[in-house]
Amino acid sequence: MLEKITIQKSCTIEQHRIVVDDMLVWSSATDMPFSDFAKDAFHHLDIDYPKFYKMDALSKLAFLAAEYILRGEDKDELALVLANKSGSLDTDIKHQESIQDTENYYPRPATFVYTLANICAGEISIRHGLQTENAFFIAEEFPEETIFAYADYLLQSNKAKRVLCGWVEYFQEDYRALFYIF
Amino acid sequence: MTFDPIYIHGMNCVTPLGMDLLSNWTQLLMGNGGIIRHDVGRIKNSYVAKFISEEAAGLLTPVQDSTLLERMLFTAAKPIASKYVLTPRTALVLSTTKGNVSLLQDGRMADAQLNVLANKMAEALGFQTQPIVVSHACVSGLLALSVAKRLIQIGQYDDAVVLAGDVVSEFVVSGFQAFQAMSPFPCKPFDKDRAGVSLGEAAACVYVSKEKGEFKILGEAAINDANHISGPSRTGEGLVQSVLRAGREASIDIKDIDFISAHGTATLYNDEMEAVAFHRLGLQDVPIHSLKGYYGHTLGASGLLETVIALKAMQEEVLLPTLGFEELGVSQPVNIIREAGYRPLTRLLKTASGFGGSNAAMLVERCG
Repeated sequence: MLEKITIQKSCTIEQHRIVVDDMLVWSSATDMPFSDFAKDAFHHLDIDYPKFYKMDALSKLAFLAAEYILRGEDKDELALVLANKSGSLDTDIKHQESIQDTENYYPRPATFVYTLANICAGEISIRHGLQTENAFFIAEEFPEETIFAYADYLLQSNKAKRVLCGWVEYFQEDYRALFYIF
Repeated sequence: MTFDPIYIHGMNCVTPLGMDLLSNWTQLLMGNGGIIRHDVGRIKNSYVAKFISEEAAGLLTPVQDSTLLERMLFTAAKPIASKYVLTPRTALVLSTTKGNVSLLQDGRMADAQLNVLANKMAEALGFQTQPIVVSHACVSGLLALSVAKRLIQIGQYDDAVVLAGDVVSEFVVSGFQAFQAMSPFPCKPFDKDRAGVSLGEAAACVYVSKEKGEFKILGEAAINDANHISGPSRTGEGLVQSVLRAGREASIDIKDIDFISAHGTATLYNDEMEAVAFHRLGLQDVPIHSLKGYYGHTLGASGLLETVIALKAMQEEVLLPTLGFEELGVSQPVNIIREAGYRPLTRLLKTASGFGGSNAAMLVERCG
């Protein structure tokens, strides 16, 4: 029943380079930390969205990939299907550090809320008004077959008109985003 | 296009109330809840539903040095995985929010990864396919069931075992405390004195396939609020849309259901949001329960655990009351079940909502 789904657009963010449909749209020196790269790439978008600064690194990465791929796109009934390897482990470790030491115990809601992998999908949904189907998967590598089959189901069942899907992984400065629109 | 329907066959659960579905059911009929005062790591006196060590001794052990979560998952899944033939086209869909996150205490970062947990379970249970992990906050358990249904319908698999589990950890309790979301007494869903969640730990498991069985999944959907990452939507829009779309797939009038197994975490805003959503949907007269008063909020397990209990309730024709509920404390009238009722139950609406603006809804019919 699986039909061949067509990739309409793609966006890759890795090694401090942002590529949309094989076009380099932004790059920074590779020796800067991810947080500086993300800030510069955000400023390049020239949008007013102060919530960006409060996000953890995974959500910043997901936000940027979504922002660059969705420019000029129709977002009506656009479902969101994402996956990664480390879940929210990068922020999990920050929360764990805040409770590890009894003498220095300071768990913060602003950190804890990002200890769920799907929060980055929530951030994209809020920014783009996607009151649509949402799912977050964890896998060792991009589970292309599962994600594409799932996206195909959403399209064939009319549960979505289009699907934004892909991989968004961040762990301790190692990162990669690969987004597609079907 | 329309797809072949998917059916739920075997089911099981492991909770502090019992090591299998039958023992859980007996406790529920007696009105017993599992939430008591515990120390969780260094956090003293939290109301949680947690295994005590003597109870945990009864859990099966998949491999040496298994964590409590691994033993719970294995104990829940073993009878199911043994009953059905696991072929190269049988999926394992695992739902968890935090998995073995407590391993971070000892610096075991690699072991805390959710796919490490999934691979361990798949191997111990004898699956031939790569496990699929759904980690979508508090809707994970119900969404995992939808994911299995969808992937079978699109032809990726013939059948699937859906397994869900989470444990009560210092990691999670400290976070909910920081949010000031932990109830100072066993949680009271939909009650006027409700004051937050009680956390719980559980594992649940079901087997689904295209083969005709006792329970048919009529329709399901999982729609985001696109409103706030941690606060429920004031209008309940995502939940309303999830239920409407589940109803559209089912081709039934959504009012034509016998009961609702709600999310009902007992936080002020969640229960209010659900009441608003159910009212908007015209479901204010349908009997509703939340099982959080028995099990606490079991995070990634809750959606599947509560579905398993609701299906059992349909088999036994019992409407379970909402433990902890006394007086309605939401702005819209809804029909919260106070006392056990006995009547034929044919159709269930199960819902869940969670952080990240997530919602899920599923309609299930008992085929007799």
